Amino acid sequence: MRPFDYRLPESLEEAAALLSELGDDAKLIAGGTALVLLMKQDLVQPAYLVDLGRVPGLRGVRRTGGALAIGALTTHRELETSDEVRGACPVLAETLGKVATIRIRNMATIGGNLAHGDPNLDPPVTLLALDASVRLWSASGERDARLEDLFVDYYETAIQPTEILTDVLIPAMPPRSSGAFLKYTPRTEDDYGTVTVAVRLTADPSGERCQDVRIAIGCAGPTALRAREAEDELRGQVLGEGAFREVGALAYRAVDPISDVRGSAEYKQAMAAVFVRRALQEAHSRLLKLQ
Amino acid sequence: MSASRLIAVTVNGQRREAEVAANRLLVDFLRGDLDLTGTKETCGIGVCGVCTVLLDGRPISACLTLAVMADGREVTTVEGIGQDDALDPVQTAFIEQGGFQCGACTPGQIVAARGLLNEIPAPTEEQIKSWMMGNLCRCTGYYSIIRSIQAAAEAERGR
Repeated sequence: MRPFDYRLPESLEEAAALLSELGDDAKLIAGGTALVLLMKQDLVQPAYLVDLGRVPGLRGVRRTGGALAIGALTTHRELETSDEVRGACPVLAETLGKVATIRIRNMATIGGNLAHGDPNLDPPVTLLALDASVRLWSASGERDARLEDLFVDYYETAIQPTEILTDVLIPAMPPRSSGAFLKYTPRTEDDYGTVTVAVRLTADPSGERCQDVRIAIGCAGPTALRAREAEDELRGQVLGEGAFREVGALAYRAVDPISDVRGSAEYKQAMAAVFVRRALQEAHSRLLKLQ
Repeated sequence: MSASRLIAVTVNGQRREAEVAANRLLVDFLRGDLDLTGTKETCGIGVCGVCTVLLDGRPISACLTLAVMADGREVTTVEGIGQDDALDPVQTAFIEQGGFQCGACTPGQIVAARGLLNEIPAPTEEQIKSWMMGNLCRCTGYYSIIRSIQAAAEAERGR
């Protein structure tokens, strides 16, 4: 790994000032699991690393009712085991627990995960299905960005060069809702998915029809994405195998995967349809248990 | 701040101070600067687990961690588990249950297992598998590793 200058700011202001001063040559580092790996492979060669580890106020989970505000530097493992997350949003805790191995989860942060912009990552898929947004801090103010506006392309997000992602905001699960996250890993369990699917299913007051749904798919395009055509088709339909199969098939059109060691593009496309159907089934069976 | 930094890391209970390059990996710091060669590096990408150390009690990949990130924190390597004259129950169990063959993955397995039992003293088989998932072994087929951890847990509960 090439030598670099290492800075350890003690406030957001100091961190942002460093980003401003150092420009393109600087990268933020949090848990480091993604960045150090890229640097070891010489794919990224920043002249400066700005470590957020000493900036206060970036860790922890705040639960207000069913809504969650999660500090960007909270680790996957902390979220996986958090009572607040498990209580307010069990599908999110489950998703985080499926990431890589425990060693990675003990270091990798949720903010770093989102800022990385890798469509193969698990948390963005579930967070997309949960209508999550992020808070972006800069010296000139804060703004919130919805997750679907955050992801632009492979490894590219809408975070501006002098902005810092400070929080992940997740609204409460609507009433009569359940989520499911499925990760298809035909090789090894610690792998990235061949395809990943997260759904949030909301039943109407009768419990029989779909009032609302979110279907998010990962590992199948330049960013984690929503299968909106499939979502539109499911709304209003009677919940059950027939609808899920039909809607799953529409997911085929929503994705644009690339062929790689985890599967050919055609295979991933086919599996997207299968796993959308299965995720809807899983969410539905959880809904039935709630009723 | 510059390209190197003075860090103070508590390693196996002992405070160690050193000036390290910012780009020095924790695994190289432990092996090269502190002569603690029990921790290995094989895949270099955080997958195989032979570089497992505990950071503030939690297993991490030392090959993906910068030494500077351990500043002010506690690191436990395999050398810090058990003593020459009094093995840790995890080590005893691995010996008695045949939890290793060639030994290449063993330091990482021991550290990861010690971390597991510190956090979950009576793990189910599922919990053992889930925690230990990232410590690869080419020899044992994992059955004897799982048995070793179960035996260690039982021995510790019996105390």
